[in-house]
Amino acid sequence: MLNEQRSKVIRLVVFAIGFLFILRLFWVQIIDKNYKQFAEQNALRKETIIPARGLIYDRKGKLVVNNQTFYDVMVTPAKVKDLDTNAICQLLDVDKKDFMESYANAESYSRYRPSAVIRQISYEQYGSLQERLFEFKGFFVQAREARTYPKAIAAHVLGYLGEVSDNEIEKSEGYFKSGDYIGKSGLEHSYEKELRGTKGIKNVLVDVLNREQGRYMNGIYDIPAVAGKDLLTGLDLSLQEYGEKLLKGRKGSIVAIEPNTGEILAMVSMPSYDPGMLLGRKRSSNIGKLMIDPDKPMFNRAIQARYPPGSTLKPLMALFALKEHVIIPSTTYVCNGGYHLTATQTIRCHASGTFDLHGSIQMSCNTYYCNVFRLLIDNPRYRSAANGLDNFTAHLREFGLGGKLGIDIPNENHGIIPTVKLYNKSYGAGAWHSSTIISLGIGQAEMSFTPLQIANNAAILANKGFYIIPHFVRGFDRNGRREMLQWERHQVNIDSSAFRLVADAMEDVIEHGTATMAKVKGIQICGKTGTAQNPHGRDHSIFMAFAPKNAPKIAICVILENSGFGGTWAAPMGGLMIEKYLHDSITDKWQEKRILESDIDAIESIMDKSKGAEHSTHEKSKKQEVKVKEPAKEEETPDERPAD
Amino acid sequence: MSAQRINDSSRSLLSRLDWPLLSIFFTLLFIGWFNIYSSEYNENQKAIVDFGMSHGKQLMWIGISLSVGFVILMLDERLYHTLGYVFYVIMLLLVFVTIFAGKVVNGAQGWLQIGGFQLQSSEPMKVAAALALAKYLSNYGVDLSNRKDKFYAFGIIALPVILVLAQNDTGSALVFLALFMMLFREGLEPYFIVIPVWIGVLSIMVLVFDKIPVLIVLTGLGLIAYWLFRKLSYRALFLLIGLYLFSLTVIMLVDFGFNKILKDYQRDRIEVLIGKKVDMKGAGYNVHQSLIAIGSGGVLGKGFLKGTQTKFNFVPEQTTDFIFCTIGEEWGFVGSLIVILLYIGLMYRISIIAERQKFSFTRCYAYGVLSIIFIHFLINISMTLGLFPVIGIPLPYISYGGSAMLGFTILLFILLKLDAANQ
Repeated sequence: MLNEQRSKVIRLVVFAIGFLFILRLFWVQIIDKNYKQFAEQNALRKETIIPARGLIYDRKGKLVVNNQTFYDVMVTPAKVKDLDTNAICQLLDVDKKDFMESYANAESYSRYRPSAVIRQISYEQYGSLQERLFEFKGFFVQAREARTYPKAIAAHVLGYLGEVSDNEIEKSEGYFKSGDYIGKSGLEHSYEKELRGTKGIKNVLVDVLNREQGRYMNGIYDIPAVAGKDLLTGLDLSLQEYGEKLLKGRKGSIVAIEPNTGEILAMVSMPSYDPGMLLGRKRSSNIGKLMIDPDKPMFNRAIQARYPPGSTLKPLMALFALKEHVIIPSTTYVCNGGYHLTATQTIRCHASGTFDLHGSIQMSCNTYYCNVFRLLIDNPRYRSAANGLDNFTAHLREFGLGGKLGIDIPNENHGIIPTVKLYNKSYGAGAWHSSTIISLGIGQAEMSFTPLQIANNAAILANKGFYIIPHFVRGFDRNGRREMLQWERHQVNIDSSAFRLVADAMEDVIEHGTATMAKVKGIQICGKTGTAQNPHGRDHSIFMAFAPKNAPKIAICVILENSGFGGTWAAPMGGLMIEKYLHDSITDKWQEKRILESDIDAIESIMDKSKGAEHSTHEKSKKQEVKVKEPAKEEETPDERPAD
Repeated sequence: MSAQRINDSSRSLLSRLDWPLLSIFFTLLFIGWFNIYSSEYNENQKAIVDFGMSHGKQLMWIGISLSVGFVILMLDERLYHTLGYVFYVIMLLLVFVTIFAGKVVNGAQGWLQIGGFQLQSSEPMKVAAALALAKYLSNYGVDLSNRKDKFYAFGIIALPVILVLAQNDTGSALVFLALFMMLFREGLEPYFIVIPVWIGVLSIMVLVFDKIPVLIVLTGLGLIAYWLFRKLSYRALFLLIGLYLFSLTVIMLVDFGFNKILKDYQRDRIEVLIGKKVDMKGAGYNVHQSLIAIGSGGVLGKGFLKGTQTKFNFVPEQTTDFIFCTIGEEWGFVGSLIVILLYIGLMYRISIIAERQKFSFTRCYAYGVLSIIFIHFLINISMTLGLFPVIGIPLPYISYGGSAMLGFTILLFILLKLDAANQ
């Protein structure tokens, strides 16, 4: 080969390499689409924008839950220069050791991405830090929204927020990411989806160290965040506050329902806690404290505790009996201090005399209802006690007892009603009779309801035969656009004339009966006292009522644990609540002062000692005297389990 | 011969310069600068010229290089022939000094601190080696078929290779080997080039497919060749058998060499390249990111300053060794094609210039220039396209880097001057 020819070889090699490169470029840039996808993952960071959480309003439009801006001190460790640790700790009033620890955490998280070193500094600290921020390179303050409570009330109802768990992340189908906040209980939990709104996405260009480099395509692919919806609740903030004031330092609960709509006006459960305790920096330590508190402040008695209804069952018994035609209003029984089951067994009764239906409710006669219960169970129509009991419990279920009512906060407990199966197990099939289970007739033994259910019974009595599922939320509001919720209505298949008879009797309970303490000037209240037997200590007092009689606006249940007879303490509290709601003022200052200032426990202890004193023995009846075999009870006391 | 020409030509020097070559040169400078600017561009940094950043410094280096280029055009062209060996020895000394006094940049101890500047000593060495080799080959009576002449020629190449390897700069060392192209043009037997390339191909095959399949295929090919050539002379048959045995030896040695001779990082890079190892954070990362950047460019690219991969430091060394990624990403297939064609045009033009020379010195030097540009082009773009292990080597006239810019400019302007003087 001539050397001159070799230049052609060299040119050929150059062209060949060029051609190879062009082929490769064609493949990489035009044919293969993978690299384009990789590129997108590489440089685009999708930042989530968390929208403002919806607020919660009461029925008068007052804020129950608000958002407030908090300030977190953030640090980008890579930008920190010549940090004067002492100065910043002094300025923000934090312990140097704590600061160093969280700074180290921030550093190990990322040197280039900011993370919070100090959470929720006060506005004042924010101000003073802002002035001196230039001294602390790499630090900045980030505003963040968090819940605040204008009044520290209704903790159980409102619930609280917490970081999402792995389980919740999985269930959310990609919505939640670790570190997000979610409603853990109460309304915050039930209406999580409405309250939280929809996260937005901001497409940010980042470099390999994840440093922000600007918007992607001027933000045309960004998705704006959608603000959460505000909750419009039926709560009455001032009634709630008043109820909490009445029960403060005691154990018990108050549930008040607007009977026409099923809206809950107030739900008090004591002991309670300040909902602000579960915000921000101190949340986790406070949750721990609340969990181990022997008073169980996180336990929502109003929907989780169960109590035998005691005599508050009597109006219902009367309705069942009228419905089943086993009595008529004028049916009369003579009571001479008790219902004599056998020669030696007596269900004692405080009342004595001859009572018709009206009188039996007014005076809360046990004898009368033992008779009524036997008539119901032994009704020849049903041919056996078992069938009779089934029919009886069917009526109870119609009143929303036994199951859950379906209130719009989580952890509602179901009520307990007796079942044929239970007695068959305890006594053997066919081996038990109405007399065996007679305690049921006066609302004791294998029967217990939540305060909410008893309040709902009051609402049914007020409505003369129907109830709407008790609930807090009427609807939502987003920027003035409202959407209202429809809540299911349940009709009870009993004539309204029967309800009218019962309401008349219940009015006389207040006027001349067992709950005269609940009397309020100018308001026709219909009520019924009760005493829930408590094998662990002094009985719980119960009061249920609705008012005004002719156009009821409020139905209520008050339960005060370990306070004995329902007329003494629970009834006047109910009266005060009703007056507070209907008149927004209290006329009987003496009664209010008595409720607020009495040491109920001490008074009742004295009463206990002077046995024979009327109140303490009034309905405290049969346990010692009825020597019937006690079936294994499923539940007897409120099962106290924290709501979370 | 040309003193008279130069005297009467300072007026017409411009007309005697090879303008096609110069225009390609300026086009590449232009493309290079804008892509360096774009690589560094971000919303916070919008200044057109910032001497604190690469594009600003590059502008300064372009200015310096063009001034030096101008001086080269003004000087007597005989200087380069006369002082060829002197430059070579001075540069060898400079490289030698750098081994001990140099600064380490990216693992290579190739940088000399001179005043405020850092000079990569291997860059002027390239020019000096090309000049010295051209001078030697153009000596009267030098014949590459002669063993002694071959020895000297190889020696001129080997000295800088050894010294630069001592600087731990494999990439630059490879560049000097490209000067074999000049030797090839001047009559070196082809097997000096074919055999190393054959070894290279075999090695890669062994590394990719393991030795057994390669042995089988090779034996098969040998048998076919034997059947085809069985009627030929014994000499051809011996050659065939010799080649076969040689290949077997190579295959056996590759495994050993790969595992015992190469350094860990080199082994990593090769393993990643041949797909034996997936290492997205280490050696594979650069190639992968580079391909993402280029691949995301598509047909027309994302547009000037609109790249996302090269701009935000995903691609390492984005202004220097991986500058082609910015071109691929922002200008797409069309832009990349143009750049490739410009290089091919540049090299083609140099070969034309080479072949029209009356004097063998200029021709030899022209092939030196061609070979040096070619090897940079080959290695750099192969690397960014994932066809070759990552070896830090700039893309001529485009990559950021003062020493390289100056070196390549000098390289080309000496050729321009020699060519202009000869017309």
